[in-house]
Amino acid sequence: MGFAHVVGGTRHVFADLRTLLARATPFRSGDALAGIAAESAAQRIAAQRALADLPLRHFLSESVIPYERDAVTRLILDRHDAAAFAPVAHLTVGGFRDWLLSEAATPAALAALAPGLTPEMAAAVSKIMRLSDLIAVAAKCRVVTRFRNTIGLEGRLSIRLQPNDPTDDPRGIAAQIVDGLMLGAGDAVIGINPATDSLEATLRLLDLLDGVRERCAIPTQSCVLAHVTTTMLAMARGAPVDLVFQSVGGTEAVNRSFGVSLELLAEAREAALSLRRGTVGENVFYFETGQGSALSADAHHGCDQQTIEARAYAVARGFAPLLVNSVVGFIGPEYLYDGKQITRAGLEDHFCGKLLGLPMGVDVCYTNHAEADGDDMDALLTLLGVAGVTYVMGVAGADDVMLAYQSTSFHDGLAVRAALGRRPAPEFEAWMERMGIGGTTREVPARLAPALLGLA
Amino acid sequence: MTDAALAAPGWAALRRMTPARVALGRAGNALPTAAHLDIQEAHARARDAVWSALDADALAAAILPMLDPLGLPVLRAASQAPDRRTYLLRPDLGRRLRAEDAAALAAYRRNDAPLVFVVADGLSASGVQAEAPALLAAAVPLLRASGVPLGPVVIAAQGRVALGDAIGAALGAGMVAVLIGERPGLSAPASLGVYLTLDPRPGRTDAERNCLSNIRAGGLAPAAAAATLAWLVREAGRIGATGIALKDMRPTGPALPP
Repeated sequence: MGFAHVVGGTRHVFADLRTLLARATPFRSGDALAGIAAESAAQRIAAQRALADLPLRHFLSESVIPYERDAVTRLILDRHDAAAFAPVAHLTVGGFRDWLLSEAATPAALAALAPGLTPEMAAAVSKIMRLSDLIAVAAKCRVVTRFRNTIGLEGRLSIRLQPNDPTDDPRGIAAQIVDGLMLGAGDAVIGINPATDSLEATLRLLDLLDGVRERCAIPTQSCVLAHVTTTMLAMARGAPVDLVFQSVGGTEAVNRSFGVSLELLAEAREAALSLRRGTVGENVFYFETGQGSALSADAHHGCDQQTIEARAYAVARGFAPLLVNSVVGFIGPEYLYDGKQITRAGLEDHFCGKLLGLPMGVDVCYTNHAEADGDDMDALLTLLGVAGVTYVMGVAGADDVMLAYQSTSFHDGLAVRAALGRRPAPEFEAWMERMGIGGTTREVPARLAPALLGLA
Repeated sequence: MTDAALAAPGWAALRRMTPARVALGRAGNALPTAAHLDIQEAHARARDAVWSALDADALAAAILPMLDPLGLPVLRAASQAPDRRTYLLRPDLGRRLRAEDAAALAAYRRNDAPLVFVVADGLSASGVQAEAPALLAAAVPLLRASGVPLGPVVIAAQGRVALGDAIGAALGAGMVAVLIGERPGLSAPASLGVYLTLDPRPGRTDAERNCLSNIRAGGLAPAAAAATLAWLVREAGRIGATGIALKDMRPTGPALPP
């Protein structure tokens, strides 16, 4: 079935749901690269108005990628909770936006609604929302997860300590961990992107991270962001795996390009749960996503990149993750060209993730070939902080010397927490107090000295 | 944090252990001015590197003395991306050769399946300008000593890695080595990568290439990269493949500065 709307005397027609969603999307370079962006501002607003009039129920009868052809579509529709959907089942997309912004959409109502929403519903409503709408609604969503501490409580903002090293040198990694802990980072996870995705390197890094955490009795979790199959081999070898990491996308084909399937993820989760390493909870997965990954793998099925991104969150929520983050500015200017596009995408991703019930963080970041700079990141970080982002990254001096991009620094974490009155996860905050970190003392405490970590 | 506090043994030890920006101190919750401006300067250099234009004449002048004695020419080509902005927005155009260049290159086509070098600006023309001549100077004698037939060197503007497939196909190359500027990081604004592809033709995937990266001052030295490249070329010729089949003999990664 098609859709149409008249703007300024011209009738704009949209052949199907995926086309309507694509044309309604605020402009970004990736949709233009795919040849599916609106051809004019008038066509875009016509699509947005037609979308606003569409009943939410329609998303249960028309899929952007056919059920028969895609495992993610099957996951979305098979797990849809009709009872949870009931309170908004009578609404159009436009009516849904009004409801989300209204006082009826309390934190409790939003949490109860999450299993009743499909990613396409979340993506659709986000396309007719301004940044302030995306912030206001996300700020009402509460998602709390637990492993060795508690992430996502009100008034808290957690930080992933990201101590990447160009050669996986243990000394370089340890130095960054100490630096980050001293600046209050690490309560979300201490997570390394390995320079080489080999089993041997992964085993070495897992032992290093676990040793530091044990020696300093840090109430947090560690993760080596290797491919899920590498982590599964490491678990089989008895390695100390807290969180299983994997990049995921919103179509079966993009997940295949990542070398994963839903079955494989389920197997990895069972293996991680069987280790029983969590002390306060059992959320054992860490997922990363990002607009543009499906197009770059030619696995987008003619859908816009933001709708596909929201579908990735359906994959993530199937596995009760501790952490999920979009790597919003990392994928490149051919998908998000400048600070404006990155800012909107970061807030869309956070909103859609939270609405669907995920512990959503954002890698507030940019590459040097994007039209963006540190000012854009300060703005996005502050907006996300107001929106209640679950966690952001912490990188020494914002400069990831292995991945060659800029994320948020340890200092940025301190600054946004101070500006918005946010605190680290409670268990981690108590540990910082015990260690004498975060007060007026600026010396490295003896208990954190590199020599005591066995690494100097 | 005061200068005195930063001089304390704990912080000094951290700085010696990593090239990352640790132990920067604090001005309230922000960076002290000097550390802040260091990062701004690094970003400025990286931005200029991305938008820098290849000086093809200077590059040709640097390369020609190595090729002239061998009777080999330095040729020019360009992708279908007419400018830098289009190049950044349309990776597909950066992989395609202009039709007139394909026709011009065909005049140099050979039947002995030579190794062709493509020198492309990629995301850092300044990286290519700085490192490509040194890499070629080290690689050419090694490859000649191995008996590898060498073809022309092609300087390519607004090129992505896969542009080498079209250039190699036009020249009848048995292998193509694309020397290309890497995406600049704050700590490495001018860095070169090399991608080796056997039997180049449009449609090759990245899984069919071998990559050497981070060739720069403070990274992988051009001479070391040339030795690895020569090894890869010989090995690719022996097993008849590049890419995943050569995966287990990964080239050594960049060394950390002392």
